[in-house]
Amino acid sequence: MTATTSTETSHGVQPEHSLRSLASDWSSDQEVFKQVPWGKAMMWIFLLSDTFVFSCFLTSYMTMRASTTIPWPNPSEVFALSIGGQPIPLILIAIMTFILISSSGTMAMAVNFAYRRDRMRTTLLMVATAVFGASFVGMQAFEWSKLIIEEGVRPWGNPMGAPQFGACFFMITGFHGLHVSIGVIYLSIIASKVARGHYERKGNYEVVEIAGLYWHFVDLVWVFIFAFFYLW
Amino acid sequence: MTADIGKIEERVAKPTLRSVPPTASLHEAATAEGTNTAEAHGTQHPIKIYLQVWGYLFVLSTMSYLVDYFHVEGALRWVLILTFMFAKAGLIVAIFMHMAWERLALIYAILVPPLCLGTLVLLMAIESDYTFWTRVIFFGKGP
Repeated sequence: MTATTSTETSHGVQPEHSLRSLASDWSSDQEVFKQVPWGKAMMWIFLLSDTFVFSCFLTSYMTMRASTTIPWPNPSEVFALSIGGQPIPLILIAIMTFILISSSGTMAMAVNFAYRRDRMRTTLLMVATAVFGASFVGMQAFEWSKLIIEEGVRPWGNPMGAPQFGACFFMITGFHGLHVSIGVIYLSIIASKVARGHYERKGNYEVVEIAGLYWHFVDLVWVFIFAFFYLW
Repeated sequence: MTADIGKIEERVAKPTLRSVPPTASLHEAATAEGTNTAEAHGTQHPIKIYLQVWGYLFVLSTMSYLVDYFHVEGALRWVLILTFMFAKAGLIVAIFMHMAWERLALIYAILVPPLCLGTLVLLMAIESDYTFWTRVIFFGKGP
């Protein structure tokens, strides 16, 4: 395990500057996170940093909402949809929540089937996850266009109340939507590699679990956005 | 130099040599081992647990939606919303993200650092309170 190229510096030899030596040094982390593939450990560390990014957004949203003297627009009314002439509060957001939870469920099962080397089911469940994710992004695009075109919400102001509402809304849901979109692309790539038998040849399906971690994180962030932004 | 690269390649290639990835966490390795034997199939991790968690998440989401639908207000609203939120987050992290079966080294490395966010939230709450009263005192109560 000490066979890293950096040890040669003590003998006066220049350390090797190659991508392979970089990868091998970073993969030494499995000596701390025993029995955890280093790709998984790195994904967790990336998710930890992403946690702080989203926490900063949500904390600044809290600061803005608590410090404004103008009333905050009521999300229950802003995000209501009229179905059959009857306005139902937050219904689109509720549907989006259920879709994202369902996508997490299919992803968790995809990871399970991947470890059983069931290529067919893994691929189908991952494709289902990506389809759920894509429909979530579609609904978010609908929500955004409704708010921008019909309600006149802008990042600098809106007709309903505190002008900071738009800035918070577009920043937080936009960044989350970006994560979902990237996740859909990521899952599609991994799913097609599973279908083609790439991991069967490698004899190792941990990549599916790593992709799953990312996807569950996207769902996890939505749980907090749903509670703090839409229900608060 | 070449000897080193050989050793590195050995490390990189190691997982492919074994039928079970040595680095996979305990429960998954057990699941992978049971691939060829019918009785061991899924004994470690039945699909049922994911369907159950899925169901719980649906119920918890519905309940937090109903808090808004029935206009529950005041302290009860915040308590209910936060309870459902943390329950959902806990289920996702523990079961879907497999944190419940990871080693403590990873659990602590990931779950302890976010605790310091409490300090940030507290400081910003104090700050926003100060800003709010400054605005009320110097600019009046909105336009």
